[in-house]
Order: sequence, then structure tokens, then C-alpha cells
Amino acid sequence: MVLFLLMFLTPLGYAAYLSLFQERLIGGTAFVGLDNYVTALKDPLLREGVVRVGAFFVIQVPLMLLMALLFALALDSGLLRLARVIRLGIFVPYAVPSVVATLMWGYLYGPDFGPFAQLGEKFDLPVPHFLSDGWMLSSLANVVTWEFVGYNMIILYAALRTVPQELYEAAAMDGAGPWRIAWSIKLPALRPALLLTLLFSVIGSFQLFNEPKLLQDIAPDVIDSSYTANLYAYSLAFTGQQVNYAAAVSFLLGLVIVIFSYVVLFTANRRRTS
Amino acid sequence: MNRASFTPNTSQMSRRLFLTAAGAVSLGAALTGCGGSGGSASTAKSVTPADIDKAMKTPTELTFWTWVPDIEQEIALFEKKYPAIKVKVVNAGQGVEHYTKLRTAIKAGKGAPDVAQMEYQAIPTFTITDSLLDLSPYGASELKDTFVDWTWGQVSGPKGEIWAIPQDTGPMGMLYRADIFDKHGIEPPKTWDDFAAAARKLHKADPDVYLTNLAANEAAAWHGLLWQAGAKPYATSGKGNVSINVNDAISKKLAAYWGGLAQEGVIGVEPDFTDAWFSALNKGKYATWITAAWGPVFLSGSAKSTAGKWRAAPLPQWDAAKPSSGNWGGSTSAVIKATENPIAAAVFAQFLNSDPESAKLFSTKQSFFPATKPLLTDPSFAGDASAFYGGQKVNQLFAEIGETVSTEFQWPPFLDQAVTDWTETVGTSLARKKDTVAALDAWQTRLTTYAKKQGFSVQAP
Repeated sequence: MVLFLLMFLTPLGYAAYLSLFQERLIGGTAFVGLDNYVTALKDPLLREGVVRVGAFFVIQVPLMLLMALLFALALDSGLLRLARVIRLGIFVPYAVPSVVATLMWGYLYGPDFGPFAQLGEKFDLPVPHFLSDGWMLSSLANVVTWEFVGYNMIILYAALRTVPQELYEAAAMDGAGPWRIAWSIKLPALRPALLLTLLFSVIGSFQLFNEPKLLQDIAPDVIDSSYTANLYAYSLAFTGQQVNYAAAVSFLLGLVIVIFSYVVLFTANRRRTS
Repeated sequence: MNRASFTPNTSQMSRRLFLTAAGAVSLGAALTGCGGSGGSASTAKSVTPADIDKAMKTPTELTFWTWVPDIEQEIALFEKKYPAIKVKVVNAGQGVEHYTKLRTAIKAGKGAPDVAQMEYQAIPTFTITDSLLDLSPYGASELKDTFVDWTWGQVSGPKGEIWAIPQDTGPMGMLYRADIFDKHGIEPPKTWDDFAAAARKLHKADPDVYLTNLAANEAAAWHGLLWQAGAKPYATSGKGNVSINVNDAISKKLAAYWGGLAQEGVIGVEPDFTDAWFSALNKGKYATWITAAWGPVFLSGSAKSTAGKWRAAPLPQWDAAKPSSGNWGGSTSAVIKATENPIAAAVFAQFLNSDPESAKLFSTKQSFFPATKPLLTDPSFAGDASAFYGGQKVNQLFAEIGETVSTEFQWPPFLDQAVTDWTETVGTSLARKKDTVAALDAWQTRLTTYAKKQGFSVQAP
């Protein structure tokens, strides 16, 4: 308990304390109460950042979880050859640090000398400009999906392995085929695990940082310093030396995540009881 | 990947890192509220030779934060001369990462080094918080004539303070592909007008080739070009007064020029130091690289396949009768004000960069472009003929260019913000082929707003 207070609440409390002040390069530090929060609530850059990661969540998460689910079901069905190799293969990207993964994808996306662009040129096919304004969010979604499909698949697959064998046998006795078993037994058994992956994804999406930060180097005109809410807080603190305002922005972002997570949990639970 | 290939080449990295503007971690920077602590070292009273003599014979350990690789060789020279002093080298990251950690340690009041690597443009961001030791009472004033004039302007304060000792420099010039120029009958342009004409001619003759690439993420190059054009975008008078003029007439001339070429599509505007950019240099997509004195060595390492095809020339000029250039990159050694060993630290910073043997070692081992006059005229340095540049004496050329760099240029006390705002206004306008002149006004507005928010009183242009 003491450890919890020390490790968890102290930094949080300190950040909350910081967010009530304003330190300036000239003139020092002054207590400003909730001013930073008022400014942040009216800050269009923060709002755009949050909306953008919200859109990212809507595009990326369903796709990723659906893929993870399909892979998990396919592996669990026992019908795949080389299941171990496939399982490992899908999981390996998760073991690649996100920094490395982003650098690699950034190279693949390259408009001049990237492999996709080169192939397109060779076969005279139109290749989208992955790093342009219109494509960037999808390109980011692709990187994140590539990184995390395996991770989510492992969670779902592990949940599937805990389903008692008797249930399958009983279902088979009742004449259920593989599809029926997947729908009526496996999916309901997966519900808690799916909810868990969904929650992780909410947090991951709203805290999107590494991938845009790195792609900023190769697409500086598309990803600005407030592209995602987290990137914005970072730029405020370390580029603008506005640590106090950054603390307030971080707290508001945390609040958004809590609310969103709660909404997800609430909807899921209500559906279960209805 | 190529990216890895320039990581070891750290000094060049740092020059560009100034642009990345964000880059660093250390949440400890949140430790605010006690700015400028520990500034007890006296600056006013002058230090006698006897004091220095005594301090240099007292066993002392100095901590030195630097990202320069293999700097132990230069330090060994110092320790040989002053056996009582030991120097501990700490690599706290590079560029922005280094500065963020340094700011944090200074604010926390402990853990800061005695001496730190510091790029020219970062100096005002540390003097505004009163974090650097004035080296003039420690004999630094006598070094004025040793160093290239503009470098001394960069490290000097308004009241004759000396905030740092120059280590290396980056006067700007132009590297060009002689083979591409010959093929299309282009002479190395002497003026920016010639340069624009050549850009149009070359791209028309070969649509796959551009005369140059003005990187839309490279605020440092832009500032160097502003410097060449004679602009004075920033000036600080007194502690809280700053004037911001990033959209004055000279800046607008520059913006109309480059923005126009970008809109015509006759130059490239892609980000530099990326994989695509390295490929482009290797494959001859760009016929010139507008760069600095550290560029020649850097290029010979990263575009090996084009060896022998490159030549160097001064920047094209706005007024051919009055040649001038700007600076991009280079760095200094600064002493942190809170040091407990001001004398030893100050002597170390001076020795490291002004001792002839140590300075020469920087030019041979680290391939730094020198900041000291004796070395720049030393035949063993200036006479060096590089095969990558067809035997041209590139060092000598850049040494001559260095003499045309104005001593007046100043940096703002909030450089990182200026760089980020540049990228999001001017840089973006170049990349998207929008109105670059209008983008200057947006840059000016953003910076003014920021400066006011930080408590500065901002002079109207």
C-alpha cells in the first residue's frame, strides 16, 4: 500500500500540483488555479488532437481486433498446418520495438525509393502516397495493427485454450458444426478477453505517440507538433518549456481516456444483461 | 538502413538535431519552480594568475557532458598538462536530448556537469536562465584573436561576457555535381539569380533531376540563408526584451525566392537526413547540396558511390560584389554557472578548444571544421586535397568562406519554439507549394504570441 502511494500517487499528485501553476521564462512562477485547464478546454489544437486519435481508434481498433480474433479462432480450430510457426510469425512483430517497426514502415512508405513506390513504377501501377495528409492516419493504423495483432491474438488464443474440452464434445453430440461451435461457444467464452483487448486499445489509441513522432521526421508537413494529443503535451513541455500547461493537457487527456474506457465497459456490460 | 550509417557521425547529427526540435525525454524536466539555483560563483571579481595556478594544482574532478565521439584523446592532452585535474566524460545524448537533461539538472540544483557541449544557437536559451558562467574573468578575453570573428560574436554577451569557447563551425557553401553541370552546360552559379535560372534549365532538360533540395524540415539551413542575406530575425536587449523580425523585407525576399522555386517545381523540398534523401544524393536526383563546412566530409561518407563527381563552391550571392555567407552547425564548450570548480572548468574549456594541439586533433580525428584562425591557415589543414572532390582543396575554400560570415547574427532565447513554428509555417508552405511569404507572417505571429506568453516584452519590428 505504501509502495502504491509512493510509486503511483506521488507522481500523479505532483503533476496535478504542477498543473495549477504557470512558470514563464521571464517573471518566474505564479499560482494560476485552474487557468491552465480553462485554456486547454478552449485549445483548438488539443481538441483536434483528441478528435484525430478518436478517428484513429474507430478505423484501426475494430480491424485489428477482428484480425486477431480470426487468427485466434483459426489457430484454435486445430485445422491449420504449421500452427506453431504461424502463431509465432504473427506474434513476432510485437517483439519488434515500436521505434524500429515505425522506422521500417517509414522506409517502406517512401514516395521515391520505397519498395512499394518502386514496384508501382515497375509495373506501372498507381501507388498511393502513404505519407500524405489523406493517407497518414491509415498508414499509422497499418503500422500499429502490424505491431499489435499478434499481441491481441495471443490474449484471445489463451482465453480459448481455457474453454473446457467437454463443452465442445457436448456441442458435437448435439450436432453442432465447427461454425456453430465458434459462434455459440467460443465467442461467448471470449467476451472478457475481448473486452480486455478493447480497453488496452482505447488507451493505446488515445496515447498514440511513438509512431507519429518518428514519421514526423519524414513527413514534417503532415504531422505537426499537435498531431496527436500526447504529442502535443510532449511538445508543450519540451519544445515550448510550458511544463505546467503540458501537465494540465495530460490530465485532461487522462480524463478523456477514463471516460471513454468507462463508456466501452458500460456498453459491453449492458449488452450482456439485456 | 541508412539511418544507422550516420549515427556514429555524431557531430553532423547534432547539427541537424537542432532542427528536430523535440527529441528528448526525461520527465524530470517537470521539476520546475527553482530556476537558476546555485548561481553562487562570482562573476564580477577577476581571478588572479595565482588563483588559477593554485586551482590547477588542486586535485579536482570535472564532469563534462558531450556527445563528441573519442573526445578522450583531446582530454588526455589536458590531463597531461594539468595532472591534478581529472575529467569525467558523460554522454547525455545529443542535441535536444542533451539540452533537456541539462536544463533539468540545472533546475534541480544538482547533477549538472561542470562543462557542457553547446551549439551556438543553444547558448541564449541557457543565458536567459542565467545558467552559464561568464568566462571573461578567467582569461577567456585574451583568446578573442585566436578565434574566427563571427564565432566570437556568437559566444559574446552584450556586456562583454564570454559564455562559451568555440569548438567547431559550419560556414555555408555549395557542393555540386560537376558531371551533371557539365552534361547540361551549367556553370556553378555565382548569384542567386543565376542559380534560379540554372534550376529551371536543369529540370527542363532532365525532369528527374533537380538543381537542389531545400529541406522543408531544415530550419537550421533557413537560418543560415537568412544569415547570409543579412537578416536580423532576433535581437535580445536586456533580459526581458526581445525583438522578433522573421518577416522583414530581407526574409520576404528569401521566402519569395525559395517559395517561388518550390511552386515552380524546379527544386526538391523533401526532408533531409532521411533514407529517401540519402538515396536521392547517391542516385543523382539533386545536382547540389547547399550545406556547411562539415558537409564535405559527411557527404563523402554517405554518398560513396558518387566519389570524384562532386566539387565545392561558395554559396550563390545576393550581391556578387559583397560575398557573404551564414553558418549552419558547429558547437562550443560552456561552463555551467553552478560549478564548484569554476577555475578548473574555465581553464579546461579554453584549453580544449584553443590549445593548438588539441584543436588540430579535433580537425583530424573528429573531422571538425576548425574555429581557430591559426589552424584554418595551417597548410596541413588548408592544403588537404580530397579525392572525393576531384582533388579540390575544399578546406581552404570553406576557410575563405568563413571570413565572409557576418558577426552580427543572433539567436532567440526560445530557439526550439522558433524551429517548431518555422517547420509548421514556412517549412509546410514549401512542402505544399503554398505562399511562403504569407507563411512568414504566420511564423512571426506565432513567435510573438509565444514570447509574450513567456513574459517577454516584444518590440514591434
